[in-house]
Amino acid sequence: MTSEAQTAPPAGTIGRLRTVVKGAIFRNAGLRGYILLSPTLLVLLGAMCLPVGILAVYSLWTQSGVEIDHTLTLANYLKIFNKPSYMLLIGKSVLISLTVTLATVLLAYPIAYFIAFKIKRHKIVWLILITIPFVTSYLLRVFAWKIILGYNGIINSGLKWLGVIDQPLTFLLHNPTAVVITLAHAWAPIAILPIFVSLEKMDRSLLEAATDLGDSPLQRFLRVTLPLSIPGVVAAAMLVFIPTVGDYITPQLVGGPDGMMVGSLMHAMFFRANDWPLGSALAIVSALAITVTSLGVWFLTKQARERAV
Amino acid sequence: MEKRSDFVSLRDVSKHFGTVRAVDGVSLDIAQGEFFALLGPSGCGKTTLLRILGGFEASNSGSVHIDGADLTIEPANQRPVNMVFQNYAIFPHMNVRQNIAYGLRKDGLSKAEISQRVDEAVATVKLEGLGDRGSHEISGGQRQRVALARALIKHPKVLLLDEPLSALDKNLREQMRVELRALQQKVGITFIFVTHDQEEALSMADRIAVMFEGEVRQVDTPARLYEAPASREVAAFIGSMNFFDASVVGAEGGKIIVDAGPLGKMSMAPPEEGAPVKGEAVTVGIRPEKLTLGEAPPSAGANAIKGKLTAASYLGERNHFFVTVDGMDEPISVASQNSSPMDHKGWSEGGEVWLTWEPAGARLLRA
Repeated sequence: MTSEAQTAPPAGTIGRLRTVVKGAIFRNAGLRGYILLSPTLLVLLGAMCLPVGILAVYSLWTQSGVEIDHTLTLANYLKIFNKPSYMLLIGKSVLISLTVTLATVLLAYPIAYFIAFKIKRHKIVWLILITIPFVTSYLLRVFAWKIILGYNGIINSGLKWLGVIDQPLTFLLHNPTAVVITLAHAWAPIAILPIFVSLEKMDRSLLEAATDLGDSPLQRFLRVTLPLSIPGVVAAAMLVFIPTVGDYITPQLVGGPDGMMVGSLMHAMFFRANDWPLGSALAIVSALAITVTSLGVWFLTKQARERAV
Repeated sequence: MEKRSDFVSLRDVSKHFGTVRAVDGVSLDIAQGEFFALLGPSGCGKTTLLRILGGFEASNSGSVHIDGADLTIEPANQRPVNMVFQNYAIFPHMNVRQNIAYGLRKDGLSKAEISQRVDEAVATVKLEGLGDRGSHEISGGQRQRVALARALIKHPKVLLLDEPLSALDKNLREQMRVELRALQQKVGITFIFVTHDQEEALSMADRIAVMFEGEVRQVDTPARLYEAPASREVAAFIGSMNFFDASVVGAEGGKIIVDAGPLGKMSMAPPEEGAPVKGEAVTVGIRPEKLTLGEAPPSAGANAIKGKLTAASYLGERNHFFVTVDGMDEPISVASQNSSPMDHKGWSEGGEVWLTWEPAGARLLRA
């Protein structure tokens, strides 16, 4: 009797409720996790899910003149799928971004490898030095490439001065290659970090074990270093690929008519054409294309990694 | 076939890192099929020496020969030597079989041959049925077996093991000592292992090289290292020993007469590397278990010393006593086997006791 009285919950509804909440928080690790995550979750809900939701809803409406017709319809999507130029543009954007991603990873890997394996001290200084260009304005960097690749740019005037060419080369600027070069340079620092981390945390004795078992340095790289750094490479690829598909500043400034990407079209729909519903539908289709491509790349790397073993 | 006694031969090998001489002029001969230990405290250069043998560190001078071939400047991947790493270095992206087969890839074997060799290796280290396990689905002991199989499958002339048991827990470690020793006997490959654990070295190795400060100070069988240490530092590192400062007062019939202060005068066998001269300062060493504790004074003529029992600890299979003697700062440590259940009783701290020892139990050491 007395022991029961001692362990009885505090009287009253509020007291009981407090006990229930306290018990739930104390006993349920998952709930505690969500409480810790709640600030991030709220930001994500407000800044990600809500805008994307609005975008999705807009994409189901239609623009009629200056008014928006609020009846739900797939008309915008049908328009996109039935218009080859739109689909081609999305396809081209994905292709350009894939090329950018490949170039960026190929550029970033040796740098990350160098810092992780060859630099013994002050690695953080090297990382900061390499990422410093990234803190300068994105626009400035694009303009820098315009100056380097332009008609009277550094390359052309340099070659002319050397007497290699008489007329400036015109294939340097205003084409997809210029877009790839500019974007690859702009995104390289972002790609270096995840690759560096995956290489840096690698157990060095694994490399010695591979050598011990007869591998030459190249074989060791292909059989141990590369497979173990794939997670970093995939992370780098995603970090570069996903944002570059929608980029419209670089294509606009250095891409010319051939280097146009879907971001420019979306920009035009929202601002010049004032057709928000079609612009939203384009954004959603691009996002789907990015998702499908990313999953495809991820799946292929996984397969390749398993086969490499 | 005649087994070479200089199968592995190190001549005057030195390695320095900056101003630190990690390995300093080491010369060693290791016989074919020998289980050889490099023993020493951390930082004594034993691991560096092992890594020089494996080709992971380049020596600054000296030469390394294995089976007559000069491997001094041979890269690690070309040496007929394999290594079991301290943390085992199991490739995390491969399963057990893929790990074990790793080194066979480029030996130009057919798939069937590789598979057969892997099966043999798996059986040798008793890993049957675990071949398809992922590298994270096996225990520490199993990881060690994978590392052993992966190295042994290459049929190396020498297997190097870097602290092979340090990553295992105590019970498994003791079991693996026996198993490693049995495995080495079975495959007949020369094993060279590095350890800082004297018990590990004593229980597994045929011969042990004791290293201090980059130098090999003594190479001997476990029993001789323990019973006939060449120096005070070796004696102190392997087991424990009571040291008494002494000086040589004379010689008589091949024996040396020393005056060991509180122990009195005694005649002792000279150290092998040469007899000390009269007046030279030497050390008399007696291991704790070579001393016998008694309450009654011993008969005349025996080696004996009177002291006061200051501490007694009961350790289960043995007792440990500390006895202070007039004229000595350090108490003398005495160990006695608990051969009858009552042995630990009857000793009262603070009481007067006598220590006795057989003449052969005391060892004359240079300084």
